[in-house]
This record gives sequence, structure tokens and C-alpha cells, in this order.
Amino acid sequence: MTASAPPLNRKPQGLSLRRRLTDLLGWTACTVAFLVLAAAMTSILVGVARRGMGAMHWGLLTEITQGTGGGLLNAIEGTLVLAFGGLLLAVPLGVACGIYLAEFGQGKGAPTVRFLADVMVGLPSIVVGYFVYILAVEDLGWNFSVAAGSIALAIISLPYICRSSELAIRQVPQDLRNAARALGAGDNRVIFSIALPLALPAIFTGILLALAISVGETAPLLYTAGWSNYLWTGHLVREPIGYLTYAIWAFITEPFTEAHALAYAAALLVTLFVLIISVASRLALAASRRRLPHA
Amino acid sequence: MRRVYAALAALVAAILVAIVAFFAVEAWPAIGLNGWHFLTHDVWDVGRQYGNPILRDGRLVLPGAHYGILFLIVGTLLSTAIAVVLAVPIGVLAAIFLAECIPAALRTWVSFFVEMLAAIPSVVFGLWGYIFLIPFLARHVFPWMAAHLGFLPYFGGATGSGYGLLTSGLVLALMIVPLVTSTVRDALVAQPHGLRDAALALGATRFETLRTVQLPGTRRAMTGSAILATGRALGETMAVLMISGNALNYLPTNIYSPISTMASFIVSQLDGALQDPTGMAVRALAEVALVLCLISVVVNSLARGLLYWQDRISSAWPA
Repeated sequence: MTASAPPLNRKPQGLSLRRRLTDLLGWTACTVAFLVLAAAMTSILVGVARRGMGAMHWGLLTEITQGTGGGLLNAIEGTLVLAFGGLLLAVPLGVACGIYLAEFGQGKGAPTVRFLADVMVGLPSIVVGYFVYILAVEDLGWNFSVAAGSIALAIISLPYICRSSELAIRQVPQDLRNAARALGAGDNRVIFSIALPLALPAIFTGILLALAISVGETAPLLYTAGWSNYLWTGHLVREPIGYLTYAIWAFITEPFTEAHALAYAAALLVTLFVLIISVASRLALAASRRRLPHA
Repeated sequence: MRRVYAALAALVAAILVAIVAFFAVEAWPAIGLNGWHFLTHDVWDVGRQYGNPILRDGRLVLPGAHYGILFLIVGTLLSTAIAVVLAVPIGVLAAIFLAECIPAALRTWVSFFVEMLAAIPSVVFGLWGYIFLIPFLARHVFPWMAAHLGFLPYFGGATGSGYGLLTSGLVLALMIVPLVTSTVRDALVAQPHGLRDAALALGATRFETLRTVQLPGTRRAMTGSAILATGRALGETMAVLMISGNALNYLPTNIYSPISTMASFIVSQLDGALQDPTGMAVRALAEVALVLCLISVVVNSLARGLLYWQDRISSAWPA
């Protein structure tokens, strides 16, 4: 709040009753709208935490799923394998795309790439899953597998990583680039010694957000990763793999309490993971803003 | 070197084009078979599983097979409409609260708390709807609404189990509201202070200033984020799958009726469609995906176009 802003509780003098009422109603509506959202968020967090804590026990983290009981070790492992597999594919490509848009973005192709990447963010994730299903699972004969699931997640995270990297690299002051060029540095030297190192924390933030999205996705994995009660044996194709979001979706509709416990625990783990990543990325972004020299 | 980056960037852009083209090719036989009936009929029937495939228009299909998705289009559009109608006003009002009533030092984290709604995974929203929201709505809210608001069209009649159109709309609204809130809040904070101070100096109250001076300046951000939110709601899958009731071949009769959306229908029907030995069911489902893709591309292009127009070097949109 700047010094010029009058205090909210300023006593209006000589205002008509109608104007005063309108003001009161307006601010009340704003407060109520905010409270509705805060209440919904609190209800979700508290609900997930309470049910999840009630269901949580050590065996959940150390045992694999048996039928509709047992533990979630296979799903935890699968979620991590798929998410990192997705990042492994999406990060190099996405950052390269970001470099192109930030460093060579004045060309004719760049607006098209930017536009298509932005539209791709809005593509329903189930559509991506179905695409990878027909292409990889069926046509290439990979069956439900780590490779198919990771590719689906990579396609979903690509536009986020691309656009957030572009933004991160753009924030590096142009003066630094000019200085490097004046000293005789070429394109690559400028990118790898100046732009990327300075933009790294902000690029990392984008990657963290993509990780959070990957961990929380369900629809694109249902028909690409499948589900497995067992630990992953390291095969990239023809071996289905479990993941936490599947456990939430599939086990909550089973009639058994032990199945519900798995779903609640999985929901707690996924939500915690996503929350922690989101907070971490916020902090990383704040840190990167402090680190960057002001242009 | 520049060419290498350009090629990689082109690859990223090509994926979207490839996905749409892929579904067009995959769905082609179904498009020829179904014609416009696909969009105007509300019977989806993959046919008799064990019947001998018959030849129709030169294509093998199961006897009794009929593919019409009117009920999906209606379910998708109505649930999205409810979500947007609720999310835009609530999102804008909450944005005003965050921009004007919270001190700048606290604003980041208070905003972060409500905008975290966007980060909660869809399937967790589904779980929350399934355990908490649906019992609450079905026992307390819907019967009250039917009794007291029943005079309004579509608000009366049987309230059912709680799985349905209004429940889906409510949850979708919560999922898309952060998009509106964060965009409008940023636009409000970025407004030039001089205009506001001038209005206040002329004797306008804080709220009048907001309504007549500050909010009009965010109109484009508001419209852009509302369209973007529409796109998000149209494609939501898991939450809707868990709370919509997954109605088949059924048009909603009131706002409590069970529905199905295109995205959730793909999940619930793909297993069954794969059993069709002629493969036509999978192709018809690909046609559903194609329709969904096209709607999503059009809606998102509109939103992006509008937002670019506002700010040429605009940022990547937050998740």
C-alpha cells in the first residue's frame, strides 16, 4: 500500500446513503468471494490431510500393493520414474525451444512457435494420452509402459518448460550480452556462459512446475502407463507401471476400507508433493529475482 | 547453431499440429460413416459385440452400431457454462479483495494460498467431490434449492444422488477460478496510480473509483482469462469423471441431472471400445477426441490472441 492511498475506514462525509450502501455492498461481495475460495481450499487441504493421516502407516511406504490392500511403494516409485522420465525428455527440448524464442525470437517463425506452444498448454491431457496410446502402445507395440507414460507426460510439460525458459532467459539484461559480444563471444558463448547461468534459477522454477503437473496427472497415464502391483524391473517398454494418482481414482470406488485407505494415503502424498514443489518454486523464483542484476 | 535451436523449436510446435492431424486421420472412416449425425444424435451404441460385422457404406461395423454424441456436447458445454458463470464474478471479486484489501507485503502469500487451487491435481478434486461435496450437496443443498428455487426453470424436480451437472460445474469453477483471479489481480496492481488518485481527488469513493476507473482498464485481461478458463473447463477429465454421474445417451432434464463430458467419456469408454473387432468404436472415439481438440484449439487461440494483443511480450501463463 503506498502512502498516497487513503485508509479504508475513512469516514465519508456528506455521502448519500445510496453511495455508502453501494460501497459497503461492493466490499462485502469482494470479501465474501475471497472467503469462499479460501474456505474451499481449506476444506480440500484439511479433508485430504485428515483422511490421509488416518490411513497412513509405515507399511504403506514400504510394501507393494496386493489386490486392493497392502502398500503404495510401487505407486510411489512409479510416480517418480514417470515424472523424471517425462522431464528427461521434455527439459532438453523445452529449454532449447526457450533459448530459440528468447535469443533468436525476432525471426518470422518465433511468433508461430510461441502461439502454438501456448495453445498446446490448453490441450486436454486425455487427448495427449489417447494420442500416445494409439501411436506408442498400439501401433509401435510398446504396450502399457514407462516409455509411453513418460512421452505423454513430456508432451504435456513441453509447452510450460519452453515458455518459462524463454521468459527466464529474456530477463537476463541485454547489456551483459552486448558486453560479451564486444569481447568477441559468439552465439554459443553468449548462451552458455552468460544467458543460461544467470537464467538458471528461473528455468529451474519452470521445471519444478512441470514436475508438479506431471506428479498430479492421471488422465494421460491411464492408457499409457497402465497399472502394476509390482515394483518396476527396469524395462522401458512392455512393462506396465503403477502411479499414485491411479490409486486415488481406482481404489476410492472399491467397497473395501483397506482400498479407501490406499486412496486417501495416495491423495495425501500427491497433494503434499505438489504443495511442497509449488512453495519451493515460489521461493526459488523470489531468490532468482534478487540474484539477477537490475537492468 | 541458430538453425539447430530453430529446428528443435519447430519440433515442439509441430507436436500440436501432429496431434490434431493424427486424430483427423484416425477418425476419418468414422467421420465418413457418421456424417453430421455424430453431432446431432444422442445415442452412443457400439453395437452387438458378438454379432457378425456388417458392411455399411463400404465399412465394416457391428450390427446396431450407432455413434451420436449430442449428449456429450450438451454435458460439456453446460458444465463449462455453469463453471464460467460462477468463476468469473467470484474470481474478479476475489482479485479486487487481494489487490485492494490486503497489504502488499502479505499479498504474495495470501494470493498464493487461493491460487494453489490451480495446483491441486484434478483427481484430488474428484476425490474431495466424491467424499465431501457430493454427500453435503445431495443431503442439504440440492433439496433446499429444489424446494425454494424450484420456480426457476430447471431448478425444480428430482435432485438425484448429487452426481451431476451442477456438482461438476461447481468443482470446475473452483478449478478455473485461480486463472481469473491471478490475471485480474496482476492487471489491477499494474494500473497506473495517477488515474486512481485523480478519481479519489474528485470525490469518488474507493469502490466507485474501482468500478469506474480501475476495473475498466482490466477488461481485456478479464475477457482473456475467462476464455482461457473456458478452455481449461472444457477439457477437464478426472474430476468430472468422478462426480458427473457419467450419464450415457441421456440429456439432462434439470441442473441436478447426471451428465458426461467428451473428455471423461474417452476415459470411461476406451476400454469397451477396444473390444470392437471392427475397430470402428475406437475410430468413433478418436472422432470425439478430434472434436474436443478442435474446440480447445479454437477457444485457446481466441484467448491467446486477445492477451497478445494486450501485451506483445506477455509472460508464459502460470499453471
